[in-house]
Amino acid sequence: MELTLWTYEGPPHVGAMRIASSMKDIHYVLHAPQGDTYADLLFTMIERRGQRPPVTYTTFQARDLGGDTAELVKKNIKEAVERFKPKTLLVGESCTAELIQDQPGALAKGMGFDMPIVNLELPAYSKKENWGASETFYQLTRTLLKEKVSSSDKINPLRWRELGRRPKVNILGPSLLGFRCRDDVIEIQRILSEQGIDTNVVAPLGASPDDIERLIDAEINICLYQEIAEASCEWLKRNFGMEYTNTIPIGIKNTIEFINEVHEKLDLPLTNKEELENKSKLPWYSKSVDSNYLTGKRVFIFGDGTHAIAAAKIAKEELGFEVVGLGTYSREMARQVRATAKDLNVEALITNNYLEVEDAMKKTAPELVLGTQMERHSAKRLGIPCSVISTPMHVQDVPARYSPQMGWEGANVIFDDWVHPLMMGLEEHLIDMFKHDFEFVDGHQSHLGHTATNKNNILNSDEKKEKNSKEGIIWTESGRAELTKVPFFVRGKVKTNTEKYAILRGIPEISDETLYDAKAYFS
Amino acid sequence: MSKVEFNKETGPREVFCGLTSIVWLHRRMPDAFFLVVGSRTCAHLIQSAAGVMIFAEPRFGTAILEEKDLAGLADAHEELDLVVNDLIARRPEIKTLFLVGSCPSEVIKLDLATVAEKLNKRFLGQVRFVNYSGSGIETTFTQGEDGALKALIPLMDSSDEEKLLLVGTLANNVEDRFKKIFRNLGISKIESFPPRQSTELPKIGKNTKVLLAQPYLSDTVRDLKHRGCEIISAPFPLGIEGSTEWFLAAAKAFKISELKVHEIISPLVNRAKLALESHKEILKGKRLFLLPESQLEISLARFLHNECEMDLIEVGTPYLNKDLMKEEINLLPDNTKIVEGQHVEKQLDRVRESNPDLVVCGMGLANPLEAEGISTKWSIEMVFSPIHGIDQAADLAGLFSKPLKRNQILTSKTLVTH
Repeated sequence: MELTLWTYEGPPHVGAMRIASSMKDIHYVLHAPQGDTYADLLFTMIERRGQRPPVTYTTFQARDLGGDTAELVKKNIKEAVERFKPKTLLVGESCTAELIQDQPGALAKGMGFDMPIVNLELPAYSKKENWGASETFYQLTRTLLKEKVSSSDKINPLRWRELGRRPKVNILGPSLLGFRCRDDVIEIQRILSEQGIDTNVVAPLGASPDDIERLIDAEINICLYQEIAEASCEWLKRNFGMEYTNTIPIGIKNTIEFINEVHEKLDLPLTNKEELENKSKLPWYSKSVDSNYLTGKRVFIFGDGTHAIAAAKIAKEELGFEVVGLGTYSREMARQVRATAKDLNVEALITNNYLEVEDAMKKTAPELVLGTQMERHSAKRLGIPCSVISTPMHVQDVPARYSPQMGWEGANVIFDDWVHPLMMGLEEHLIDMFKHDFEFVDGHQSHLGHTATNKNNILNSDEKKEKNSKEGIIWTESGRAELTKVPFFVRGKVKTNTEKYAILRGIPEISDETLYDAKAYFS
Repeated sequence: MSKVEFNKETGPREVFCGLTSIVWLHRRMPDAFFLVVGSRTCAHLIQSAAGVMIFAEPRFGTAILEEKDLAGLADAHEELDLVVNDLIARRPEIKTLFLVGSCPSEVIKLDLATVAEKLNKRFLGQVRFVNYSGSGIETTFTQGEDGALKALIPLMDSSDEEKLLLVGTLANNVEDRFKKIFRNLGISKIESFPPRQSTELPKIGKNTKVLLAQPYLSDTVRDLKHRGCEIISAPFPLGIEGSTEWFLAAAKAFKISELKVHEIISPLVNRAKLALESHKEILKGKRLFLLPESQLEISLARFLHNECEMDLIEVGTPYLNKDLMKEEINLLPDNTKIVEGQHVEKQLDRVRESNPDLVVCGMGLANPLEAEGISTKWSIEMVFSPIHGIDQAADLAGLFSKPLKRNQILTSKTLVTH
C-alpha cells in the first residue's frame, strides 16, 4: 500500500482511453463502476474536446455483484456495437472489475461480431497510465496486423527507390493528453516533407483501424514518444523488419540528429545540412548578448522521460544553463534518465512522490524549474519561476496558438517559454544599478511583479526566523546589513553559500567580510 | 402531491462516485483527514475533480492498493496500519481521520470498521478514526457526504436540550447568514452538522429538531431519527420560495408564528426579487434539461421553473427518496418528468431531440454538448458555490443565466466594423 496525495499518472485504463479517444472508428467498452466516468473530463475539460471519449462504462453496482455481471457486460457491449458501429472494439476493465474477473474481453469475443476485438488486460494494481497507453496501442497494432506477418517479407528501408517514389514514414506515439502532441505532429511532418519524405500514417492521433493496417506501407517508423510507441515500434521491427528512430527531435541538436537518423535509415542523402542550423531562432537568440545572463542559471528538471531528457540537453548545451536536478516519474525510462543525469553529474530522482520532488527542489535552490503541473505549484510556493514541459498538465498547458515542443518552431517556443519566466538581462542589470534609489521597491521585477514579492517575503521571513542558522552560525549586524544589499533574486543563494563557507572554515559569526570572503571563495 | 411523472432508467451512467464529496468535506472540517483506501483510479479521480493541485499537502490522500495487498487481507490491514502511522507522524494536527472505502476495497471486503476500531484504541485521545464508503458501486457523488455524516453520528453525545440542527455542508458565509436569521426569529440554540471542527460535534436527542440544508442525506436522516431527533419536513433552501418555506417549517417546529417569519425575511425577499429580475429576463421561457448528478436537480428545477419561469423538459436525478423530496415534488409544476437513474446514451438522445436551451450536466458532457450547439451548466459548480438562501437566489439564477447570456453575446453582431 502506498500513500499518495497527488499522482503523476492515472491508472492504466486511462492510458487505454487516451488511445481510443485519439483514434477514429474505435469504441472501448470498459467494465467499470460509475465513478470511473470521471476520466471523460480529462479529455473534455483539459483538452477542451468537443467529443465525448468513445467509451461505454458498464456501470455495475454493488447489487449487481451478487447477480450476473457478465450479462451486464454483454448487454453493454451489444448496445455499444449497435449504437457506435466501431471498426474495431476495445474491451477491458478498470481496477474494480479486475477483481471480479468477468473477463469481458473473452465475453466479447464469444458474441459473434465480425469486427476485430482487442482484449485489453491492463493490471491496475501494478501498472500506470503511460504503460496502459503503450500496451493498448501495441495490442491494437498487433491485432490488426498479425495476419499480415507471415505473408510479408521484411520491409527494406531502401525500397522507395525501386518503387520510384518518395520515402514514406509513420509517425507513432502522439496521443490526446500528451504534451503538445497536436502541434509536434504538424512540425515533424513539415520537417520531413521539406526533406522529401512523406508521412504515411500518424497514429494513434487521428488514425482509424484502417490506417493501422496501412502502417506497413511505410519504410520506417518515427517513434515520437517512447512512452507510448516504443513497444509497437519494436513489434513492427521484429515482425516486418521496420526500422524506427531513437532520437526525439526536441531542441536544435536533437532535431538535426533526428533528421540525420531518418536520412541514414532511408539511405537518403542529406542535402541541406548547413541550412538546418538556421531554421530556428533559438541558436541566435541564445548567442545574442542579452542572453549572457542565462549563463549558469540553475535549473531543476522533472517530467516524463522523453521531455525531461530532452530538456536537460537543451538546458545545458543550447541555453548554457546549469542543470542542478533531473528526474522522472516514468519508471519505464528510469535507465535513460539515470544515464543523462550521470553525464550531468547530478543524481537522477526517480519517484512518484511529488513531495520528494519538492524537497529536492528546495535543496538544489534552482533559479528555474522545468516540470509538470505539480512542479508548477511547488515552484510557486517556493517563489521560483517555472515552465511546464511535460504532463500531467492543466488546461492552460493546451494553448490555442501553435506551440509545439519539437522541431524548429518547438525550439522557438521553448526559448520563449523558459526564458520569459526569468528576468531579462538588461532589466537585471538596470535593477541592480538602481536598487539603492529610494524609488526602488525591493521586490520590483517588472513583468514578474507578484512572484518576486512572494519570493522576497519568503527570504525576508527566512532571515527573521533564521537570524541564527541551523548550524549555530550567527549573522552579525554588519553581515545582515550587507546581505540586504545583495540583489534579492540572488540573496538566497548568497546566504546559503556564505553559511556553507562559514561552516567549512569554522567561522562562528558571519560579518560583512565573511560575505566577501565567501564570494571570492565560490567565484 | 402534484401530478409528477416518475420514470426509472438503468444503463451506463455518467456521474461521479461518492469519493468526490471529499473535495468539499475536507474544507468544511480543516482538522480532519480523508484517507481513501483504494486504487490509483480513486486518487486520480479526486485530483481531477478537485481541478488543480492547489494545496501544499492536501488533507486527503489515497492508500493505493497494490498487488501484494490483494493477495492477503491480513497483510492489507497491516499495510494500512503503516500508512496511517506515517500519516499521523507527518500530520500531528489531524484530529479525525476518515477511512474511506472505495469500489476495490468493498469488493475485496477490506474491513475498515475493524481497522478503525483498532486504531481508535491505539491512538486514544489523539486521533479519532471513523469509516464510511464512498465507493461508486454504492454511492453517487454527493451521497459521499451522507456516508461521512452517518459515520459521525455514533460519536455524538446525547442531550435533551432543545436546539435547531442544520444538517448538510453549507458555505460558511451562508451558514452565518442562516444562523443570524434564526436568532432573529427567536431560536437561540442553533448548531450545524458537519461542524466546522470535526471535534466539535453537536449533541443530539429528543429535543433536537433537524432541518436539512441538503437533499442527499437519506442515511444520515434515518440515523438521526433513531437517536430521537425530530426531522422537520421542508423543501430545501434554494431560491426565495424554497428558503422561505424552509424558514417557515423551522419556525413552526419552534412554535414561532408565520407572521414573525415574514416580518424578518420580507426585506430579504423583496431585495432578492429585485436582484432576480435581470436573470429572469434571460431565463424566462427557456427550456431546461437536467441530467442526473448532484442530487440537487429536483430543487433546482423547482427554483428555475417557479421563480425564473423556465420550462422543464426533463429532471434527472441519480436516485429518488420520495419521502425526503416530498415537499419539493409538491412544489413542482404538473406533468414534470422526473427520471431516476440513467442510461446516458438514451438520455442524450432525448436531449438532442428536445432541443433544450440549457442543459445541466457533468463536466464530461458539457463541452461535447456545447460543440453540438447546446448551452450547458456544469452541475459540480452547485456544490462548490454558495447558492443557498434568499440572499443567494440571484447568484444561483446567475449560474444558469450566464451561459445563455454569453451565448447571446458571442452570436450577436452589435458593432459595425468599417
